[in-house]
Amino acid sequence: MNSSGQTTPLLEVRNLSKHFGAVRALNDFSMVVRPGEVVALAGDNGAGKTTLIKAISGVFQPSGGEILLRGQPVTFATPHEAREKGIETIYQDLALADNLSIGANIFLGREPMRKAFGFLPVLDRKTMAVAAKKTMGRLDFHVSRLDAPVSNFSGGQRQAVAIGRAVYWDAQILIMDEPTAALGVPEQRKVISLIHQLKSQGRGVIFISHNLQDIFAVSDRIVVLRRGVQAGERKISETNHDEVVKLMVGG
Amino acid sequence: MTSTSPIEQSETHIAPQADHGDPARTWLARIAEGRAWLFLAGLIICFEVWSRLSFGATFMLNPFNLQSIAIFAVAPLLLATGQTFVIISGGIDLSLGFIMGLAAVVAAHATNMAGAVIPLPLAMLAGILAAVIVAGVPGVINGLLISRLRVPPFIGTLGMFGVARGVAFLLAGGTTVPVQNSWFALLGNGRLYGVPYLVIIAAVFVVVMHYILSQTRFGQHNYAIGANVQAARRAGIDIRGHTLRLYVLSAMCAGLGGALYAARFTAGAAQAGEPLLLDSVAAVVIGGASLFGGSGTIFGTVAGALVIAVIQYGLVFVNVEPFWQFIAVGFVIIISVLIDQAQRRFSGARQDE
Repeated sequence: MNSSGQTTPLLEVRNLSKHFGAVRALNDFSMVVRPGEVVALAGDNGAGKTTLIKAISGVFQPSGGEILLRGQPVTFATPHEAREKGIETIYQDLALADNLSIGANIFLGREPMRKAFGFLPVLDRKTMAVAAKKTMGRLDFHVSRLDAPVSNFSGGQRQAVAIGRAVYWDAQILIMDEPTAALGVPEQRKVISLIHQLKSQGRGVIFISHNLQDIFAVSDRIVVLRRGVQAGERKISETNHDEVVKLMVGG
Repeated sequence: MTSTSPIEQSETHIAPQADHGDPARTWLARIAEGRAWLFLAGLIICFEVWSRLSFGATFMLNPFNLQSIAIFAVAPLLLATGQTFVIISGGIDLSLGFIMGLAAVVAAHATNMAGAVIPLPLAMLAGILAAVIVAGVPGVINGLLISRLRVPPFIGTLGMFGVARGVAFLLAGGTTVPVQNSWFALLGNGRLYGVPYLVIIAAVFVVVMHYILSQTRFGQHNYAIGANVQAARRAGIDIRGHTLRLYVLSAMCAGLGGALYAARFTAGAAQAGEPLLLDSVAAVVIGGASLFGGSGTIFGTVAGALVIAVIQYGLVFVNVEPFWQFIAVGFVIIISVLIDQAQRRFSGARQDE
C-alpha cells in the first residue's frame, strides 16, 4: 500500500476513552487513517465500534484522549461541527428525505437560492440538479431523471446519493456504518466500487461491517475492537479471515 | 414491466430503474396527483347534468352559483392552507377551528374599539391585524408544546382547541359581537368586477402560500421533515424552530380566516370555525396530501376545498336533503385515500424489484 508511513494522517485518534458511568465503552483506543486509505473497523456487537464513531463524528464527547485532524487537535461539540471539518457519517438507515430529488437531498439544509424576476428569492433547483448530475457522475452513477424523488431508486442507488452528498460537500473522511447491510449482492458490489472511487480520490474511509468478505474486498487495514479496547490491527494483505475472527472473539 | 432483468442491471453499473419512463406508472402517478381536480371536474359535470335534467337550468354557467361556491370555499380554504403545511410536516392542527372563532371575535372587538378613535378604513385594518396577531398566540403555544415539550401534535392542538374555544366565548360574552364599520362590511360583501373581495384576498393568499411551500427553504424543509425527521436533523435543519414557525403560520392562516368571517357576517362569533376544522383536514387529504406527512401541495388543497364547496352547494342547489352532504364528502375522502394507497402500493412494489 502506498499510503502507509510517510504522509500525515488525515485522522488520528489517540488514547480515546468513553465511559458511561461505570461502563467503559471505549478504553484507551488509538488508530490512524491516512489519505486514500480504507480502514475497516470490526468487532462483535457491543465491542465499541458505534461508540468510537459517535465520538469521532461529534455525537458524544470523549471522556479522555484526543482526536487530531491532519495533525491538529480538534474537539466537536456537535455532529454539525464535525461535518464542517470534513468528517461525514453515512448512516446505515440512510439519512435521506425519500420524497425529495437527489439534488434536494445533497443540498438539504443548505439550499442554494436565486432571485426570480430580479427580486423574489426562490430555490435554485437548476443549480441543485446540475450539481447532482456532476457529483453522481464522479461516482460513476448516471441518472436520467434528476427530478425524481429518491424513493424511486434502489437501496444501492440511495446509498450512492448519501455518499454523493458527502463528496459534494468535500468530506475528507467518510465513516460508513454497515453500508452494505440490507442490500442485495449486486448492490453491495456497487457500494464496494464506490468506496474504491473515494479511495482513489484521496479521501479516508472508516468502514464498519460485519461482513468479512466486504472488509477484505475493500480495506487496506483492519482494526479489531473487543470490549472497548483494540484487540489487534492488521494489514489486509498480511492477514486472513481466521485470524480476524480469532481477534474478534478473543480466541 | 420492462425487459431489463435484475441480473442484466447488476452487470452494468446500476442504471436508473427502467420503470421511470413506464407510461402506465407515469399515468397512474399523474392521475393520483391530480385526482382532486378530476373529482372537481366530475362533480361539476354531474351537477350540471342533474340540474339540467331536473330543472332545465344550468349549474356552473350561472355566475351567482360560481360566486356563492367561491365565497363558500374561502374560510375552509384559509384553514386548509395552514393545515396543508402542518400535515406535510407529519403533524396535524386540531385547534384551527376555534382559533378562527377567537380571531373573528377579536377582529369584531378590535375594529369597533379602533373605530371609536381612528378613521374607519384604518380601524378595519387594525381589526384584521389584531385578529391575525392574537391568533398567533395559540400558535406559539402549540409550537412550543410540540417542539420543546414533545407533546404529540394531536394532543397538543386538541388541548389548544379547548383553550381557544373557551377564551373566544369568554371574549364574546357568550354571544356574537356585531361590527359597526361600513368599510369592514364592504370588504366582506363588496365585489370588484363581479368578483367578491373575499375571493380576491383568498386567491392572493393562496399564491403566497404556494410560493412559501414550493419555493423557499422553509417549504423544502417542511417536506423533508415530513418524510424523515432524522434525516432533516442530521442535515442540520433546526427542527424546533421550524416546528414553532409552522404552527404559528397555520394559526395565523386561521386568524385571517376569522377576520374575513367577521367581515362577511359583520359579526364575530366564537363558533365561526367550528364546522370548518374537519373540512380543512378533508380538503388537504382530498387534495392529495398524505396524513403520514411528506406529500401534498397548496393547489391540491385548493381543489380539495372546492370539491367540498361544490358538493355542499350543489346538493342544496339540486334540492337534496342537506344531510347527504356529509355522506358525499365522507365518500370523497375515503375514495381519495384509497387512490393514494393504491398508487403507493403500486410504486412501492416497483421499488422492491
